[in-house]
Amino acid sequence: MNAATTGTMTAGSAAPTRSGTAMLLPTWSLFAREILRFVRQPGRVMGSLGTPILFWLLLGSGFGHTFQPPGMGHSLSYLTYFFPGTVMLVVLFTAIFSSISVIQDRTEGFLQGVLVAPVPRLSIVLGKVLGGAMLGFVQGLILLLLAPLAGLSLTLGGFFWACGAIFLTSVALSALGFLFAWRMDSVQGFHAVMNLLMFPMWLLSGAFFSASGASFWIRAVMDINPLTYGLTALRGALHPAAERAAMGIGDPVVAAVVVTGFAVAMLLGAAWVAARPERG
Amino acid sequence: MAGQPASAVRRASTAAVRLEGLTLRYGGRTALDAVTFDVGHGELFALLGPNGSGKSTLLRILSTLLRPGSGRALIDGVDVSEAPAAARHRLGVVFQAPSVDGKLSVMENLRFQGYLYGLSGKALTARIDTLLERFALGERRRDMAGKLSGGLRRRVELAKALLHRPRVLLLDEPSTGLDLPSRQAFWQTLDELRGEDALTVVVASHLMDEAERCGRVALLDGGRLVAVDTPGALKQELGDTVMTLEASDPAALLELLTQRMGLQGVVQDGTVRLSGTADPALAPRLLAEFPEQISALRLGRPTLADVFLVRTGHAMATEPEPAETA
Repeated sequence: MNAATTGTMTAGSAAPTRSGTAMLLPTWSLFAREILRFVRQPGRVMGSLGTPILFWLLLGSGFGHTFQPPGMGHSLSYLTYFFPGTVMLVVLFTAIFSSISVIQDRTEGFLQGVLVAPVPRLSIVLGKVLGGAMLGFVQGLILLLLAPLAGLSLTLGGFFWACGAIFLTSVALSALGFLFAWRMDSVQGFHAVMNLLMFPMWLLSGAFFSASGASFWIRAVMDINPLTYGLTALRGALHPAAERAAMGIGDPVVAAVVVTGFAVAMLLGAAWVAARPERG
Repeated sequence: MAGQPASAVRRASTAAVRLEGLTLRYGGRTALDAVTFDVGHGELFALLGPNGSGKSTLLRILSTLLRPGSGRALIDGVDVSEAPAAARHRLGVVFQAPSVDGKLSVMENLRFQGYLYGLSGKALTARIDTLLERFALGERRRDMAGKLSGGLRRRVELAKALLHRPRVLLLDEPSTGLDLPSRQAFWQTLDELRGEDALTVVVASHLMDEAERCGRVALLDGGRLVAVDTPGALKQELGDTVMTLEASDPAALLELLTQRMGLQGVVQDGTVRLSGTADPALAPRLLAEFPEQISALRLGRPTLADVFLVRTGHAMATEPEPAETA
C-alpha cells in the first residue's frame, strides 16, 4: 500500500480543507462501490481474466518454437518469457478500463450526487483510483499464481515483491485512466484514446521482446515507457539475479522507484483535474 | 458542524434560501440576470419557467455545482460559493438524471450515500431503517435498484437526498419519467415531509400543475425573475376570466380577431388565448362573427400559463423538456 499512502499524503497537502478522517468514509464508499459493481458484472470478470490468459497461451505457444528473444538463451521458453507481460496486460486493461466507470457515473447521474455531497474531491479520486487499482491488482494476482505453470518458480519474497510491483503499476494506470476519463462524456471516445496509448505502452514495455535487440529509437521509447519499469520490477520477482543479467533486465529496485514515482505523479494529476471547477 | 444554539439563532433570522443579485453569463449569453428573492423555512417553492429560462442554472448554483458570476446564493445562511462544504451538509438534491446506482441494492445505495456524508454505524442503519419505512421501501431493501419501477426508484432517490437530514431539498423536474399515480404519490410525500421536518423544498419545473401545488412560485424567463408570489395572487392580477378559442387554423383566426375586433392574444397548443380579462359577453359575438373558424370557445379561470403570457408577452413552451445531463 506504499503508493496509496504516499499519494494520500502528497496530494492531501493540496487540499487542506478536510482532515484525513473526514476523507476516509467517502473514499471507502466509492472504493467499495467500485468493487461491488465489478463483481456484480460477471462478463467483466470473465473478459478481463480470460482474454490475457488466452492471449498468453495462443501467442506464447505460437511463437514458442520460432521466436527466441535475444539474450534469453535456450533455458527459457517463450511461454515463460511472455508470462510477466501477460500479467501486466491484465493489470493494464483492468486498471485503465475501470476508469470507464468515471464516465458512466457522470453520464448516468451518479457523479452529480457525489459532487453535491460534502466529499473532498481527493476522496473521489482516491476512491475511484484505488477501486480500479484493486481490481487490476487482484486479477494480476490471480494470474501471478499461475506462474509455476509457466515454468517460473515463485519464492515467498518474490511473491510479495511481485504483489508490490503489480499494485504500484495498478495504481499508476488506474490514476492515468482517471486523468483521461474525468472530463470525458463518451465511453467510445475514451476507448479510442486509451487504445492508442495502451497498445504502444504494452508492446514497448519489454513484454514481447527485450530492449537489447531493438533499434535505437524503439529502445528510447522503451526507456521512457513507465510500464517497462513495472514489468522490470515484476520480472525481478520472478527471475533470479543471474537469469536477469543474462536476459538484460534492469535493476528491479530502480524500476520499483520509477513505478512509485509514476504512481504518485498520476495520482497528483488525477487530483489536479478533479479539483478544477466543473464546467457549466 | 456549528453548535445547535448558534445555528438555531441564525435560522430564525435568515431565509432558507436567499438569492442576492445572482448573475451568470457564459458565451455571451446571460443565463441568470440579477435574480433576487428569498425562500422562507418550510416553504414549498417552485421555480417555473420554460427550457432555457435559467431555472436549471439557478439550481446548479444552489447545489454548489456552478459558481455564480456575481451576486450571492445562501442556503440556510451559508454562502454556497464561500463555504460549499457547509452548504452541502444543509442541502439535499434530487436531479433529473437518476443518481441511484442500479447495480446496487436499495440498502447499499443508501449506505454508500450515508458514508459520503460521514454517517456510519448504528446511527446510519437506524436512519436508513426510518427512511425505508417512511417511503414504504422496507420489503424492497435487498432488491437491485435497477430492477425497481420508476416511481420506486424516485422514492429511493428522495430517501438518498434526505438521509443526512438536509434543511433544504432541491428538486429538478421531479416528475420527469413518472406516470400520473407515481407523480401524485411523490407530491403527497413532499407535502408530508414539509409538515414533519419543517423541510424547505425548492422545485424547478416547467409544468404548470406542479407549480400550482407550491406555496409560492418564482417565474423565470430568459434568466430574469419575472414575478414571485403565491399562485393565487399571481392569477388574481389577471382578473376572473380567460378566453380560449379552438380553431383549425388558430394563427389565421388570431389575425382576423386582431384586424376586425382589435383583440390581442397568442397561439398556444393549437388554440388562441385572448390577452387580459375576457368579457363573457364577448363570447356569443365571437361565435356569431367567426362561425367557420371557431370550433370551440372556453371561458376559464386564469392559470399560471396565462400569468406567464401576460408578464412576458410570450407563451411558455409546453413540449417536454429534454433531460439535461451535466
